[in-house]
Amino acid sequence: MMKSLIRNTLGVIAICFIGFGSAQASEEGATPHYPIEHPKHVHWSFAGPFGHWDLAQLQRGFKIYHEVCSACHAMKLVAYRNLQELGFSEAQVKAYIAENEIEVDAEPNEDGEVEKRAAKPSDLFVPPFENDEAAKANNNGALPPDFSLLAKARAPERGFPNFVFDVFTMYAENGPDYIYSLLTGYQEAPAGVKVEDGTHYNPYFIAGPALAMAAPLSDGQVTYDDGSPETLDQYSKDISAFMMWAAEPKLVERKSLGFKVMIFLLVFAGLMYFTKKKIWSDVKH
Amino acid sequence: MSGHSTYAPKTGFGKWMDARLPIARLMHDSFVSYPVPRNLNSFYTFGGILSLMLIVQIVTGIVLAMHYAANTEVAFNSVEQFVRDGNFGWLFRYMHANGASMFFIAVYIHIFRGLYYGSYKAPREILWILGCIIFLLMMATAFMGYVLPWGQMSFWGATVITGFFTAIPMIGDSIQTLLLGGFVVDNPTLNRFFSLHYLLPFMIVGVVILHVWALHVTGQTNPTGVEVKKTSDVIPFTPYATVKDAFAMVVFLIVFAWFLFYLPNFLGHPDNYIPADSLKTPAHIVPEWYFLPFYAILRAITFNISIPFTDIVLIDSKLGGVLAMFGSIAVLFLVPWLDTSPVRSANYRPIYRWFFWLLVITGIALGYLGSRPAEGGYVLAAQFFTFLYFAHFLVILPWLGKFEKPTPLPASITDAVLGEKAKA
Ligand code: HEC
Ligand code: HEM
Repeated sequence: MMKSLIRNTLGVIAICFIGFGSAQASEEGATPHYPIEHPKHVHWSFAGPFGHWDLAQLQRGFKIYHEVCSACHAMKLVAYRNLQELGFSEAQVKAYIAENEIEVDAEPNEDGEVEKRAAKPSDLFVPPFENDEAAKANNNGALPPDFSLLAKARAPERGFPNFVFDVFTMYAENGPDYIYSLLTGYQEAPAGVKVEDGTHYNPYFIAGPALAMAAPLSDGQVTYDDGSPETLDQYSKDISAFMMWAAEPKLVERKSLGFKVMIFLLVFAGLMYFTKKKIWSDVKH
Repeated sequence: MSGHSTYAPKTGFGKWMDARLPIARLMHDSFVSYPVPRNLNSFYTFGGILSLMLIVQIVTGIVLAMHYAANTEVAFNSVEQFVRDGNFGWLFRYMHANGASMFFIAVYIHIFRGLYYGSYKAPREILWILGCIIFLLMMATAFMGYVLPWGQMSFWGATVITGFFTAIPMIGDSIQTLLLGGFVVDNPTLNRFFSLHYLLPFMIVGVVILHVWALHVTGQTNPTGVEVKKTSDVIPFTPYATVKDAFAMVVFLIVFAWFLFYLPNFLGHPDNYIPADSLKTPAHIVPEWYFLPFYAILRAITFNISIPFTDIVLIDSKLGGVLAMFGSIAVLFLVPWLDTSPVRSANYRPIYRWFFWLLVITGIALGYLGSRPAEGGYVLAAQFFTFLYFAHFLVILPWLGKFEKPTPLPASITDAVLGEKAKA
């Protein structure tokens, strides 16, 4: 009985696979779907069940954020103290704030005026613009999105059957893969594709053929002091990894706790299985 | 199957209590000596799993509520702050979000189990209807919960779903205004959704108690569909069913943990990591995966229903979609009376069995189509499967029972079990 149930279930799943495949094939060529290209796959240190941060990479990524992206992109949910998770000491974080003369609004003084004070490590990253309107005004009307969650807020559809396989392969790096692909994906628009003024063709962009941000990175732009290659490819990997950290700072903690829980549950399941077998041994069922 | 109580208090306090509030007796009779058929398979463990998931949702939900602020200005950040800085905030949040998905996986298996083994047939109609009510309450709870983090999909999902109500003639607009606490989804909406999201799970607990009560009056069905006839058909709940349920729960928790720790965002929508913005409509508005089959049915009705050869529209496509969607749930309530076959279990219904699996495929296909944009071939496919869905309940079930020739039923559960073993 159980066997036939399983057989039937497998049959149903097989039929569904065939059905979805053909439904998808027949949809090609309808309204254009973005992104034009699927993201490229990068090998990330934080992928898989034992994923961990490459701290040197995160520090390089932070350098890129500081030197390039932070001119336009805010990161409002991350605090300066969080930088210690990248392997910086508290003193280094304070030095960073001091060197860059980062200031925030102080509490109103007794005359009711709001003055500036030096930022503390517990303060959140100061955004580059006062508000979204100012950000847009400085970027031809396009809003540079906040970086705090961007690596989780962008995940191009994987499509069938990939999304089924992803459950088993634990593929959860769609976001950083997307950002890497976007940053390395700027190119000449192919003939026939109309690119609006002030936008830049990029087949990896999720919402259209072109986006308002010009390629922000190029070879040799940022100096690395750990000997890593100063290439667009390396920069793009590093900033994407950094953005994944910003979006999911508890990723490593989560996976390492997950491993312990899994071991516990597997052992527990084994014990329960044999207990059940023992208890049921005197009952035919 | 509640026979005579076999509870015998041993301690003095036990006897004293038993004469005043026999709660220990109730527990003993319900979860220790309660007789269950000996031939229950793994599909019968999902009731226990569902109870566990309800508790998980309530416990994690209460912790989340301590850190949550139901105000559109701060809701998104209040959740994020707990996730980033709270003690195990990320764990509670992901447990609650993925727990809801697991809850629905379990309930769908549980419902299809009931459809396969004819669990809804007399004398279990009330039991079945109580189950359908739990399902409805779960959907309302999950829908309102999804609005709370106030991301893009929260906001637009709420806008689209509450928009359905405007399709109802005459009173639709007033209903929508009442639901939203205004004319658009805004702070009053978030506040009332939070209040209701906190309330409904406890109403679910109440209905679950009734559901289990009804179950313990009629007893469980079993894969043969033949009612319990003699004492050798049953075994006591403890230790047999207890240990089996416990094993199944642990296996289910492994699946839960897999998503929770390794793929916590797999079942969610990335757009919900963007704060709600009433001026920016997402490219595709899709509900949570567990609503997709119903969403597909809603959008499958793309045509008006009018009086033939005239221009008089009786039901426009929008109202038609809403009626079809609510109808798809309403038919579930009627299943006990739609199915005319005297035989319970699909194991002895050679033709029904095929239609059952066709219904499973239909559900999965509708789920997939619900996630696709409503255009071209997808709409046609959704219409086809919507038709199959309703045909199953309104045509196949009533009609099949009349002429299908069931295979011979075993005389009793004991016979079925021992006979099968003898053959093997
Ligand atoms: C001169 C301002 C500017 C700088 C510097 C800049 N960006 Fe952008 N960025 C934008 C704007 C504007 C957009 C919005 C584009 C749009 O929506 O068309 C954007 C969008 C993005 C997006 C989101 C694309 C999407 O899927 O919506 C990513 C990712 C991104 N930038 C990464 C970066 C990185 C990484 C850096 C630093 C290496 C960087 N940006 C530097 C202005 C900038
Ligand atoms: C039937 C049980 C329940 C279900 C199915 C359910 C479902 C959900 C869902 C789907 C979300 C959105 C999760 C997300 O995407 O982040 C949510 C959020 C939330 N729920 Fe529940 N819930 C249940 C019980 C409860 C209870 C009992 C409480 C409170 C006592 C609660 C409090 C919250 C809070 C505060 C949020 C917002 C925080 C967040 O989004 O993570 N829930 N719920």
